[in-house]
Amino acid sequence: MNGPLTQGPREIYRIDWLPGTDTLHGTCHCGAEHTDQDPIEMWEWMLAHPQGHQPQGNSS
Amino acid sequence: MPHTTAFARNQWYVAAYAHEVGRELLGRTILGEPLVFYRTEDEGTPVALADRCVHRRYPLSESGLDGDRIVCGYHGFTYDTTGACVYVPGQKRIPRTARVASYPVVEQDALIWVWIGDPGLADPAGIPRAKHLDSPGWVTVRGMEPIDADYGLLVDNLLDLSHETYLHGGYIGTPEVAETPITTEVDEGAGIVRVSRHMDDAECPPFYARSTGIEGRITRWQDIEYHAPCLYLLHSRIAPVGVLPEADGSDPGGFHTEITYAITPSADGKVYDFWMVSRDWATDNDEVTEFLRGNNHTVVMQDVTALNLLQKTLGTERTGYQELSINIDTGGLAARRILARLVEEGDKPVEKVL
Repeated sequence: MNGPLTQGPREIYRIDWLPGTDTLHGTCHCGAEHTDQDPIEMWEWMLAHPQGHQPQGNSS
Repeated sequence: MPHTTAFARNQWYVAAYAHEVGRELLGRTILGEPLVFYRTEDEGTPVALADRCVHRRYPLSESGLDGDRIVCGYHGFTYDTTGACVYVPGQKRIPRTARVASYPVVEQDALIWVWIGDPGLADPAGIPRAKHLDSPGWVTVRGMEPIDADYGLLVDNLLDLSHETYLHGGYIGTPEVAETPITTEVDEGAGIVRVSRHMDDAECPPFYARSTGIEGRITRWQDIEYHAPCLYLLHSRIAPVGVLPEADGSDPGGFHTEITYAITPSADGKVYDFWMVSRDWATDNDEVTEFLRGNNHTVVMQDVTALNLLQKTLGTERTGYQELSINIDTGGLAARRILARLVEEGDKPVEKVL
């Protein structure tokens, strides 16, 4: 098991389900953001990193 | 075709509670490997060996101990704590292959952890902690239920607590659980999935109303920390509605309960469900202890019944059946993906048998 003390930068993916909506808002560890209404499509976008993650794309 | 999630090897798994391993032999099957556990006589060190005599495959767990040695209950083949055979009946020569595998084992936080995989890769520092299980000031009730279901179904169940509203209504479920949006975080390197659900103004379920004595509505936080593949921590905070932790981090108005699960795959379509409920409030109140033990056991059995049924049902589905995932599944989907990665990593070493 990779313990919590794994070397190197942490790679944290975060998905917030926005209160009062059906919308998911995702933030990749690289800082790119994305919104979606389907968790499977959200994870596909997230894990495709860095494809489609260019900040200028404003990928939502 | 039974529904199965592949096993992640080269990982630590909870094999037993510390109190279950003693001078009686204990048999448990983990990731399809039959194991036998006991403690040495003087030091009380836990030992884990393969649970099959090399001679005719008799279960050593159904045998006996002579000091620190297991004597096979069928023909007397005798094994030391390293798994080496030190005696065979009727002859002096002990065949060189007379050895059963021994497994790295660690006792920590009142749990017995065993490493399934290449023993050379076992690093005890990688075992996730659950210190509340063995810390002064905490009281824990615990149990273990074997479930005839794929371990992936238990992971799904625990990562999506919206099911509390429907499966555990009247115990731990209230309408607000399913209605409240979640936040999901994945720490890729550490293999941790976090799912948080913070309810600002919720009904107090009987599980907490009767144990804490809180009357009226509550602020209820559920913060899950899943250390894939085995350890699941649910940090629960309950307080009268609007009562929040102080600015300095102290939280005199909150009731903190640590709900711990160890999800240990036993065989294809079978899982050990180790469940623990720990609290640092009303610790000397035996009535609360017994209430939480009984109530949580009922909740666990509701899951056991549901997962047994689900496993049976999935076994009748045609290959390639469809599922539908919605927002509540965001955390469960993350856990499935982390597990898939661990399975892949665990298959890489040379042990692969084709």
